[in-house]
Amino acid sequence: MSPTMTEATVVTLKIDDREISARSDQTVLEVAWENDVFVPALCHYEGLGDVGACRLCLVEIKGSPKLTPACAIKVVQDMEVITLSERLQKYRRSIIELLFAERNHICSVCVSNGHCELQWLAQKLGVDHIRYPYLYPKVSVDASHERFALDHNRCILCARCVRACDEVEGAHVWDLLGRGVDTRLISDLGTPWGESETCTTCGKCVHICPTGALFEKGKSVAEMVHARPRFAAMARVRNNSGR
Amino acid sequence: MTKEIMIDPVTRIEGHAKITIQLDDAGDVSDAHFHVTQVRGFEKFSEGRPFQEMPALMARICGICPVSHLVASAKACDTLMAVEVPEVAADLRRVINLGQIVQSHALSFFHLSSPDLLLGMDADPAKRHIFGVAEANMQIAQDGIWLRKFGQQVIERLGGKRVHPGWIVAGGLAEPLKVELRDAILADIPEALQRLQRTLAWFKPVQETFREEMRAFANFPTLFMGLVSKTGGLEHYDGKVRIVDAAGKIVGDNLEPADYATYIGEKVENYSYLKSAYYKPMGYPDGIYRVGPLARLNIIDHVGTPLAEREWVEFRELQRGVPLSSFYYHYARLIELLFGIEKIQQILESPKILDKRVRAFAGPNRSEGVGMSEAPRGTLLHHYKIDESGLMTWSNLIIATANNNMAMDRGVLQTAKQFIQGGKVTDGALNRVEAVIRTFDPCLSCSTHAVGQMPMVVDVLGADGRLIERTTRN
Ligand code: SF4
Ligand code: SF4
Ligand code: FES
Repeated sequence: MSPTMTEATVVTLKIDDREISARSDQTVLEVAWENDVFVPALCHYEGLGDVGACRLCLVEIKGSPKLTPACAIKVVQDMEVITLSERLQKYRRSIIELLFAERNHICSVCVSNGHCELQWLAQKLGVDHIRYPYLYPKVSVDASHERFALDHNRCILCARCVRACDEVEGAHVWDLLGRGVDTRLISDLGTPWGESETCTTCGKCVHICPTGALFEKGKSVAEMVHARPRFAAMARVRNNSGR
Repeated sequence: MTKEIMIDPVTRIEGHAKITIQLDDAGDVSDAHFHVTQVRGFEKFSEGRPFQEMPALMARICGICPVSHLVASAKACDTLMAVEVPEVAADLRRVINLGQIVQSHALSFFHLSSPDLLLGMDADPAKRHIFGVAEANMQIAQDGIWLRKFGQQVIERLGGKRVHPGWIVAGGLAEPLKVELRDAILADIPEALQRLQRTLAWFKPVQETFREEMRAFANFPTLFMGLVSKTGGLEHYDGKVRIVDAAGKIVGDNLEPADYATYIGEKVENYSYLKSAYYKPMGYPDGIYRVGPLARLNIIDHVGTPLAEREWVEFRELQRGVPLSSFYYHYARLIELLFGIEKIQQILESPKILDKRVRAFAGPNRSEGVGMSEAPRGTLLHHYKIDESGLMTWSNLIIATANNNMAMDRGVLQTAKQFIQGGKVTDGALNRVEAVIRTFDPCLSCSTHAVGQMPMVVDVLGADGRLIERTTRN
C-alpha cells in the first residue's frame, strides 16, 4: 500500500474537534501526524505498507462503538476522530505493558537504551509499572550473521523489518512464524540469519527496528542508534521513475 | 551448655552475611564462621548474551564498585576480541578504576570504620556512625565526605553516570576524554591531597591506641596476593600476579591472570555460598591468602608516586617481614587513597591523554577470555567462554571477597576468642567481631549502609538450637 499517484479527492474531517482537510487516500494516522496530532504507533512506518499489528494507534471514530486502528482506516468526508480519551489511554498503556510482559526487556543493559521507540512510548504514556505477569520466555539470540544480531528477547513483532526487507530491499529474508505469544521472527524460512542466502547485508531491517531486537554487532549498551531510513522518499522516487 | 551466637547483618547487594559464634560449656568460643547465605546468579543469567553486553551487565553486580566489574569484564572481552586496547584507553580505564578505589576506600575508612576509630569500639552504638564522627571531629567527617565525592566525581566525569557508567566497552572506551573534564578533575587534586594528608596525620597516632585490636584482628600469617606492575610497583588495572608469604618472600611471581586456575583453587564450604579461594600449590586450607589494600602494599617493591611512596616505607617498617594484622587494612587504605589521587594526577597531566583513538574494533576472535584487575577490596577476576558467534556460554567470577573468605572466617574466630570469654557477650565484643570483617571491607557489609552500622540480629542459641536470647541492632 505504498503511496501511489492514483486520483484522490480532498476531504474535510475533524480530529479532536479541529477541522482538517486531507487527501482521501490517506490514513487517519498519516493525517493526524501531518497535522502534529500525537497518535502512538509502533508498527507503522512511513513508506511501508501498514499491517495494523501493534494496535497502539487506536482512535475513536464518532458513530462507531469500536476502537479503530488509525493506520488501517482511510479518511472520509465529515469523519470525526478522537485521538485522546481516558479509554484510549488505558488501552494504549495496556498494550505497552503487554509488550513488556511478553518478552525480556532489560533496558539498563540494552543496546538501544535511550534510543528505543518502545521505551520512549512507555515513558510518554506514563507506564511506570507492569500489571501483567511477565512471561519470561526463554528465547535466543541469533548472532550468526557477520555484522548484525537478532535478540528475540526484545522483538515486539511489529514486522517493520519484514516489510522493509520485502517491500524496499526486495530480498524478503524475514517472516513471522507461529501465532500469538509463540510468534517468532524467522529468516529464510527458519535458517540462521548468518546462513541466509537472500540477505544482502544492507542493514535496512536493523535500522528500522523500533527496539533493540535488531542491532549491529559489537554495539555496547545504549550505542545502537538507529539511522531511520527514509523509505517514503525512496518510494516516491521509484514510483515517479516507474511512470 | 553449648551456646551459639549469631550476628546476622541484613544486607541487600551481594547477599546476606551472618556471623555464628559457637560457645563451649565454659562459655568460651570454640568455633566461629563467617557465612554468606545468598548469592545472585550473574554467572547463570549471562548465558546466551552477546559478550559485548557483559561489561554493562556485570557492572550491575555491585552498587559500590560497578567500575571494578566493568574494568575486569571489559578486559576479559578485550581478550575475546584478541585486541590490545589503545594506550590512552588503558590509561583512562586506569584513572576511572582509581576513582572507584578512592570513592570506595573513603567510604570504608570514613563512613564505616572511622566511628570505631574515633569514638572507640565500646562507644554507644547509637553514636557509631558518620554523624557521631561529625559531632566529635567535624574536620575528619568533612574530609571523608569530600574525598568520597572526589572519587565519585572522577567516575561521573569520565563515565557519565555515577553508578553503572557505560563508558567502558569491549575494546576500549566509548568516547575520548574531554578537555574540560580533565581540567575539572585536575583542579580538585591539590585539595584532595591536602585533606588526605590531614587524615593521615590524625590517624597514625590514633592507630597506636588500638594495640589489642591489632593483635587480634585477623593477625596471623597468610599469603598475600595481587597484581603488580612490570617493575613491581603498585598497580590496579593491569600487570601480573604476585604472591608473597607472611615473611614478605615472593612465592609466586609474574603469574599470568589467564592461568589463574593453575594457582588459585576454589573450595565450597557447606556453611557458606561464597567460594573460598586458596593458593593451589599449598593446598587447602594452608593456601590461605589475603587480597586488597593490605595485600597490595605487602607484595610490591615500590609504589610509584612520591607521597604514597614515603608513607609506604613507613608502613612496611611496622613489622619485620610484612604487616600481618588486618587492622592495618585501614592504614593501607589511606596510603592507597594517596596513591590514587597522585596517580590520577600523573596520568591526566600527560598531554597525550586527550588522544582520540580510544577503541579497538573486532568481533569474537577467541573462545575464552580472562580479565583481572584490582578492585578496592582486592583482586577481581572475570573468565568468559563464548560460542562462534560471540554468545556467552559460560562464565566464572572470583570476587575480592571470595579471595579473602578464608581469612575473614579465621579472623572472626580469632577476634571472638579474644573478646568473648566466660560466656560474657558484650556489645563491644560483638562490635569488634563485626569490625574485623569491616577491616576487609567486604561488599556485603558496606554496600547499602552508608551510615556505618551493619544492622544486625544477634541470636544466642542453646545446644538444641533453641533461641535463648535475641538482641537487634539497627
Ligand atoms: S528494546 Fe527498548 S524497551 Fe526493550 S529492553 Fe531495549 S530499550 Fe528497553
Ligand atoms: S525485529 Fe524489530 S523490526 Fe523486526 S519485528 Fe521485531 S521489533 Fe519489529
Ligand atoms: S501503528 Fe497502527 S496498528 Fe501499529
